[in-house]
Amino acid sequence: MRITTVTSPPPASPAGTPTDTVRNPRGRRAAGVVAVLALALSTAACGAKAGETTEATSCVDTSGDSVKVGFLNSLSGTMAISETTVFKSLSMAAEEINAAGGVLGKKLDVVSEDGASEPTVFAEKAGKLIESDCVAAVFGGWTSSSRKAMLPVFEAKNSLLFYPVQYEGLEASKNIFYSGATTNQQIVPALDWLKDEKKITSIFLVGSDYVFPRTANEIIKKYAAAHGIEVKGEEYQELGSTNFGTVVDKVKQAGADAVFNTLNGDSNVAFFKEYKGKGLTAAKMPVVSVSIAEEEVPGVGVDKLVGQYTAWNYYQTVESPANEKFVAAFKKANGDKAVTSDPMEAAYTSLYLWKAMVEKANSFDVAKVQEAAGGTTFEAPEGSVTVNGENHHIAKTALIGEIQSDGLIKTVWNSPTPIEPDPYLKSYDWWEAK
Amino acid sequence: MDVFLSQVFTGLSAGGVLLLIAIGLTLTFGQMGVINMAHGEFLMAGAYTAYVMNTIIGNAEASLLLALPVGFFVGGLLGVALEAGVLRWMYRRPLDTLLVTYGVGLVLQQVARDIFGAPAKEVPGPSWLDGSVPILGYDFPLSRLFLLALSLAALAGVAAVLKLTALGRQVRATVQNRDLAETLGISTRRTDRITFFLGSGLAGIAGVALTLLGSTGPTIGSSYIVEAFLVVVVGGIGQIKGTVIAAFVIGVGQSFLEYATSGSTAKVIVLALIVVFLQVRPQGIFAVRTRSLA
Repeated sequence: MRITTVTSPPPASPAGTPTDTVRNPRGRRAAGVVAVLALALSTAACGAKAGETTEATSCVDTSGDSVKVGFLNSLSGTMAISETTVFKSLSMAAEEINAAGGVLGKKLDVVSEDGASEPTVFAEKAGKLIESDCVAAVFGGWTSSSRKAMLPVFEAKNSLLFYPVQYEGLEASKNIFYSGATTNQQIVPALDWLKDEKKITSIFLVGSDYVFPRTANEIIKKYAAAHGIEVKGEEYQELGSTNFGTVVDKVKQAGADAVFNTLNGDSNVAFFKEYKGKGLTAAKMPVVSVSIAEEEVPGVGVDKLVGQYTAWNYYQTVESPANEKFVAAFKKANGDKAVTSDPMEAAYTSLYLWKAMVEKANSFDVAKVQEAAGGTTFEAPEGSVTVNGENHHIAKTALIGEIQSDGLIKTVWNSPTPIEPDPYLKSYDWWEAK
Repeated sequence: MDVFLSQVFTGLSAGGVLLLIAIGLTLTFGQMGVINMAHGEFLMAGAYTAYVMNTIIGNAEASLLLALPVGFFVGGLLGVALEAGVLRWMYRRPLDTLLVTYGVGLVLQQVARDIFGAPAKEVPGPSWLDGSVPILGYDFPLSRLFLLALSLAALAGVAAVLKLTALGRQVRATVQNRDLAETLGISTRRTDRITFFLGSGLAGIAGVALTLLGSTGPTIGSSYIVEAFLVVVVGGIGQIKGTVIAAFVIGVGQSFLEYATSGSTAKVIVLALIVVFLQVRPQGIFAVRTRSLA
């Protein structure tokens, strides 16, 4: 979900620089450089689509007393800030599993690769992990663009990817297991809560200008139309923008009952600073955010967020024996100040789910694991989760949280039972009806 | 509340931010023909200065005021280092300076990432900048008002240096005709270096101020640099007057367009208008009167 990888544009030569004319040979050289750059970029883009059709024969070696698994996370680039935490919790899960005897008696031998925040690198490294390292399964990915780039690779080479982040839905591949939420487990419940508990009759949509917020807002608008909620406005700013003066003016003037926030990354800081600066508060006009988790709160500034709401499926404050163990172990490994968040928990859970599927299938074979997947359960920190055999998502409990002054998030509402995943929103008649 | 007024105010505050970033740039770009893509990273250095000051002092009330002069020196010293270490070999080769300074900017970003880590840092603002003041029924956020005042103060400072001091006369002479200034006994070398210090120092100040608006990360500079160049080019290269007008016209224009359409559409329209404007008037709003054959 969240951030589609931002490649910073090549520096635009300021228009009208007076001295560089075409007569200048240096001008031609610069044009050459630009052409090469453009070529490099376009070929890179092709790489993303390349779903090479190689023999889908598995080279996974299960003869020894260990089995290889791949971790593929951005350890460098713009996404490193988020994906490094996922890598840490995956590593923790692998250590725990090994300490407890491994999977089917085999220790996990982790091969870690850096996706470098580039979808093309994700696709390439996924291929490498499957074919050269012969891993039994790969865990990782964060942005929708990285997942979309890896999908054809996993399908062509018939291997398995476990993807841990909530996303925009409308996808299901037999080669991917989605342990994060799809829209009907996060966005739709958040809307239900706003409508039923907060009794809102109007809403304002603010988001970053890329695929996740736009898709999410399409869903929100259809929901609103079907439930008599007025959408007072819909504003986007490009990813990373800090210019929220006009957006907040519009929000304030429109005067909706609540704001639904699908902004990502640093934009949240600028948005909430402006929001507070113009005298808007959680009491006057609450904001529900879907991509601010525990680790983002200090970056935005706790004082700007206190009392605002988030929608996720896990918070550090969730009360369960499994979570107590998870949080304690994570703090022990990463320091007392380390916090746990939804994507980290989903990644941790995904490794255990794979273990459970393999043990149920009694085999590391992809086809057998896929067959055994349906109904596999795990006592995750977020609560008991079960894999849906049809769409490879898992049932999750939706949680609405309120941000506290200590930076943690307190659950103020939760769905009574885990919600079955419905990535294509088939069970909602308002989605089909225009 | 009046929509017209609110957009004027929002636009003015956005224009003030643009101005603060572009003043320094117009000095270095205008005088020396250096396309300094690392200007954004000097700004980042200023922002991190604010963060470090805040960590050391631990008092948000005072650290912002202290960070402003310190940020000025940090930015200025980085600028002098860039000038002395790299740029002095490539004056009058604007395209080369573009590529080189872009590279320097990437290096500085990585250095910042290594020192401070990839996650953005939050610099708490002083409590006296919390909240807003109602002006004609519009809630003007105090932090934005402070930024506007700061950019006008920086503008006044630069104008005073250029108009009233010997250095200013030398700078203006160098801008108008470098060779002739040289023959008059002005050390253009020295003038260049001081100007670069001033221009980069202003970027440092802008960086400190920007912590009031958003978070501080390694790429904070690159998100502003293109807009700052646009302001300088539209204003007329090396023209402080033009930079001021361009910053506020673009700021206010964008806020109205954004109000009428959306953020991305407004950006496209503004860029298209700038392209059209530069077709009609390639030299920008004001042009340097010069006899040199630049």
